[in-house]
Amino acid sequence: MMSLQKATLFALYAVLELAEDTDRQLSASEIAERYNISTNHLAKVLRDLGRAGLVESVRGAGGGYRFCGNAKRTTLLDVVRLFEEVGAGPTSGIVQETNAGAALSLVMDEIEEITHATLLSISIETMLKLMRKRRPEKPSSTGLFRAV
Amino acid sequence: MGFCQPAGQERHYVVDAAQDTPGYNLVTIGEHKINIRPAVKDDLANVVDLDDRTTGLRKPDYWDDLFTRYGNRKDSRFFLIAEEGDTLLGCIFGEVRSWEFNSVPCGWVGTVSVEPNLRMGGIGSILYKEICRCFRKAGVTKIRTMIPRDATDLMSFFRAQGMMAGPFIQLETDMDEGV
Repeated sequence: MMSLQKATLFALYAVLELAEDTDRQLSASEIAERYNISTNHLAKVLRDLGRAGLVESVRGAGGGYRFCGNAKRTTLLDVVRLFEEVGAGPTSGIVQETNAGAALSLVMDEIEEITHATLLSISIETMLKLMRKRRPEKPSSTGLFRAV
Repeated sequence: MGFCQPAGQERHYVVDAAQDTPGYNLVTIGEHKINIRPAVKDDLANVVDLDDRTTGLRKPDYWDDLFTRYGNRKDSRFFLIAEEGDTLLGCIFGEVRSWEFNSVPCGWVGTVSVEPNLRMGGIGSILYKEICRCFRKAGVTKIRTMIPRDATDLMSFFRAQGMMAGPFIQLETDMDEGV
């Protein structure tokens, strides 16, 4: 299973939650409460998403954040890459000059390539379709991704 | 032709309910009337041209062979085209394969091809839906395809149709000399 950093996972939660209804505005605390995560950490993540043009904050009463990206063209990889590098994980600590290291790198590269292709091929809109098909009763950290 | 839709706008499809035979359909996208029907021999030249524009490779023998194998088998092999008037917009082909790799019968999509400047406009989706109807009529409920890992647009297209990674992994190797 791929492990995502907390910030990445929070960003995916926020983007998907907000993209589900682009007319709806949600505050950081509302999203944080729904996923049982830190409001402060999520607020920082939302600012990063705002700088990337995926969400925008709406001021005033009833204000909050709303999704302003293109759900059809934004991929999971676009979101993940804002918070962590994809494809530089498992092989980085392998001693490639050895036969065992070189062989292990081949296997780990295969895993990385599949991960990359998967994240690149799934748009936010496709995720929304998946969410509509299968709604878990309560979001949990054992869902699609595991936070580390 | 203006099929591409602005970001965030849903495209509205109007389906001609009278054409309820799998493999045939008349679908309206905006002001465009898209006719879906099984390919005939006369379509081949246009299909070869479309493939050439899409892949950069001209393969008339391949398409001729494919048509011979898929074009005339209505029960388990399907080769459909989308057209507006006399203009070919896209094509799709697939077949029901049974017990291959110890798998229960399922529909395999060989490829889907859409005129490059008309992509993201819904033509691929209506071709996909139509071949699904053909597969369903043939008695299968699962649909499968295989995509190059770097064919991002194609993979995104099939993902958008709801496809996920299946239980099979494709393996290959270069054969060593003498093996």
